[in-house]
Amino acid sequence: MLIRLTDRTAPAPSEITPEALWRSRRDVLRGAAAGALSLWLPPALAAPLKASPGPFQASEKPSTFDEITRYNNFYEFGSGKEDPAKYAGSLVVRPWTLTVGGHVQKPLTLDYDALFRVAPLQERVYRLRCVEGWSMVIPWVGFELSALLKQAQPTSKGRFVQFVTLERPSQMPGQRTGLLPWPYREGLRIDEAMHPLTLLAVGLYGQTLPAQNGAPIRLVVPWKYGFKSIKSIVAINLVEHQPTTTWQSVNPREYGFFANVNPAVDHPRWSQANERRIGEFGRRPTLPFNGYAREVASMYSGLDLKRWI
Amino acid sequence: MSARRVWQALLIALAALPALITVVEVRAGVADPADYLTRQSGWWALAWLLATLTVSPLVAALHAPALLPFRRTLGLTAFAYASAHLSVYVAQVAPTPSVVLDDLIGSPYIVAGFAAWLLLLPLAVTSSKYWMKRLGRTWARLHRLIYPAVALGCLHYLWLTKSDYREPALFALLAALLLAWRVWRWRRRAGTP
Repeated sequence: MLIRLTDRTAPAPSEITPEALWRSRRDVLRGAAAGALSLWLPPALAAPLKASPGPFQASEKPSTFDEITRYNNFYEFGSGKEDPAKYAGSLVVRPWTLTVGGHVQKPLTLDYDALFRVAPLQERVYRLRCVEGWSMVIPWVGFELSALLKQAQPTSKGRFVQFVTLERPSQMPGQRTGLLPWPYREGLRIDEAMHPLTLLAVGLYGQTLPAQNGAPIRLVVPWKYGFKSIKSIVAINLVEHQPTTTWQSVNPREYGFFANVNPAVDHPRWSQANERRIGEFGRRPTLPFNGYAREVASMYSGLDLKRWI
Repeated sequence: MSARRVWQALLIALAALPALITVVEVRAGVADPADYLTRQSGWWALAWLLATLTVSPLVAALHAPALLPFRRTLGLTAFAYASAHLSVYVAQVAPTPSVVLDDLIGSPYIVAGFAAWLLLLPLAVTSSKYWMKRLGRTWARLHRLIYPAVALGCLHYLWLTKSDYREPALFALLAALLLAWRVWRWRRRAGTP
């Protein structure tokens, strides 16, 4: 008899790592004494992850674990902000297969465990700005996308990187509707993909990703609107021409390929000048490139950002 | 207490229920209170407005003029929810009033929503018997402002929706049907085919 442990049988992630414990755990981790704390759990059940503090630590107070895991978009589970938290428990992430292919010298196939061994895991605290006008601060655990791409060795024809989300309607109720054309696709220019800020996240708040946040592996591109940060990735392809992305195919006037956070260019139907941090009531100004202009603006010099949204 | 008063009391209790449930939910902890309060109050404002518009067709279809007094209760309920909705917005922008300018320029749906509330305001103020008598025939004409208010409310909801149009489209469809019924009645009364 096959006994499969799914997230449904698991304790709620919040029961495993309370935020206060996570905060103190960070200090413990820094003291390299993490082994004493990490009781063994299969990774599918929100296992603790060993990670060292990386660069790019946003100085703002991180959003709470509850806010990050109960309020987000993941249309594969419905269009409501609380739908992912409600319905993502059905997603089985183990076993998992991620392929890296296209214009590369060494195509790769990674199974679940390999996702956590691509490179030493780092913790980075990034701002996340949704195109809808809200934002969060999230302590991700992951590694730079460039680390994985370098292993695959892109050829000169690999000028863009395409990402594809899992398509499994039996476990993703949103995919049984016509909300979006499935599977969800995203893309980056190769220089954006190789940028040190661009992260493949396998965890947050010191543990493996909850399903609703894109388990087991997702992209995080903090200077772009949140929809670029594709979740539950099964394929990464190096391609020659700019790939069509899901939101762009649905509404090219409102969602572009670049989708850089830009307070000076409004969405056709709403202002992007300011944002609301989840959990707060007031608004705060939105920063160019979501506050990462110093790191990334040079990649877009000479590009008309009003046109290339 | 007359039967009508009992029904009125029941309706008022029913009208308060979504607000009470929302408050209980927020106190128990929702992921983002500002968003939840905004969505709940806005959704119910529009729902109660549609309920208000349903009374007249019902009265006509059932030949039940006794239902007419409930229209005011429903209309005032819609206004209360719309005002709560606006209040949540005001609470959000109050600390940084300059963002209102960003919204007026960049977010047309906010302008539409505010216009809808403004149209409802004189209707709420003149909802009493006193104003009904004082305004005479003007009162009925004034209260037709609910039609553009509902239309703007539906536009507001459609406009702010990112991509899942199922609910806002349903609201707009119901509003269109309820307004179409009125056009049909006027034309019939005027004797045109």
